[in-house]
Amino acid sequence: MPSVIAGTGHYLPAQRLTNTMLEQRVETSHEWIVERTGIHERRIAKDSENTVTMGVAAARQALQAAHLHADDIDLIIVATTSGDYAFPSVACEIQAQLTTNSTPAFDVGAACAGFIFALSVADQYICAGTYRHILVIGTDVLSRFCNPEDRNTIVLFGDGAGAVVLSAGDEGGILSTHLYSAGEFANLLGVKHASRTSADPLAEAWMFMQGREVFKVAVTKLSELVIETLAAHQLTPAAIDWLVPHQANMRIISATAKKLELPLTQVVTTLAYTGNTSAASVPIALDTAIRDGRIQRGHKLLLEAFGGGFAWGSALIDY
Amino acid sequence: MSTIEERVKKIIVEQLGVKEEEVKPEASFENDLGADSLDIVELVMALEEEFDTEIPDEEAEKIRTVEAAIEYVKSHSGE
Repeated sequence: MPSVIAGTGHYLPAQRLTNTMLEQRVETSHEWIVERTGIHERRIAKDSENTVTMGVAAARQALQAAHLHADDIDLIIVATTSGDYAFPSVACEIQAQLTTNSTPAFDVGAACAGFIFALSVADQYICAGTYRHILVIGTDVLSRFCNPEDRNTIVLFGDGAGAVVLSAGDEGGILSTHLYSAGEFANLLGVKHASRTSADPLAEAWMFMQGREVFKVAVTKLSELVIETLAAHQLTPAAIDWLVPHQANMRIISATAKKLELPLTQVVTTLAYTGNTSAASVPIALDTAIRDGRIQRGHKLLLEAFGGGFAWGSALIDY
Repeated sequence: MSTIEERVKKIIVEQLGVKEEEVKPEASFENDLGADSLDIVELVMALEEEFDTEIPDEEAEKIRTVEAAIEYVKSHSGE
C-alpha cells in the first residue's frame, strides 16, 4: 500500500535576524552573505521556544490539513539533532502535547538530511501495512549551536519546524526513497556534546564546518543522487514538476538544478528568509509551496537533502 | 582536437561567466575575474570532470590563476 502525503504544516519563529543585524556582531556584509549563500535573513527561536514547541505547532497544522486528529496517528517520527534532552526524545515530548494515547514515538538523527531519512522509515511502515497514519516532523534550533563569534556558521543557520502526515493510500505517493551515509567525512561538519568533565564545557561544543569541502562533496553527491533517483524510474528531468531541496546554500541548490536541467522557477526555495533550518528545511519548503498553490495534486516532486555525517537522501513523490 | 590550454580556458569562461579575452595567463580568478571561494571550488570540480582527474585540496589551494590551472592540468595529464 503506497504512502501518500495527506497534509503538511510548518512553523517559523517570529524573531528575525537579518544580514544587517549580523554586520553589527561579526565582520561580514550583507553582500558577502547573499553572494555566497543566498540568505537575507533567518528566524531565531525565542528562549521559550524549542524543537518541541515548534514541532507541535507544525504538526497541528499538518493534522488539520490532513483532516485528522492526533488520536488517529499510529506513529510519530521526529527528525532532529537539537532537542533539549539526550532523552526523553523530542518525539516523546511532542507526543505528550498532542495525544493521551500511547502512540509510539522516536527520533531519527541524520542532521540536515534527517527529514528524508524519517520519511523513508515512515514509508516502510506504511508499505508493510503496519501503520496507517504517521506523523513525520523535522524540527531544529541549530542557531543555538553556532558560536556567536564564528561568522562562518552564524550567518547560515535559522530555526524552524515542518511536518507531514503520511497515510496509507491507493496510488501514487512516495515512489521511492534513496539514502546514503559516509562517516569518513565526520570531521568536516558537526557539533560535539558539551563535556561534563571539562573546566570549560562549552568551549568545544560549537558547530564546526569546513565550508568549501562540505560544498564540494554536497554538490557532487547531490548531483549523483538526483540523477540516480530519476533513473530508478526511467524518468527524465522533464518529468519533475518541482524540486524541493534542502535549503543550505543557493549555490548548492543551483548546481543540483543545473544537473537536472531544471529552471529555478521549478525549484522551491525559502532559503532567503529562513536560512538553513536543518531537518526542518524540506518540510518547510514543501508546505510553503503547497499552501501558496505552486504544488498541486498530481505533481511529481523530487525531495533531496544533504547534511552532517555525511548523510544524504532523496524521495520521489507523486503528490 | 582542442589543446589543454583551450579546454581549460573554455571551462573558465563557462564557470566564471567571463569573456574569452579576459582569460589571460596571468589573470587571477579572485582579483581579475571576479571569482569568490565557492566559484573556485566549482571551477576545480569542472576541471576534474573535464580531465577525468582528482585534484587534492592542497593542490587546488594553489590554483589561483589561469596559468596555474593550465600548468596543473598539463603536468598531471601525461600529455
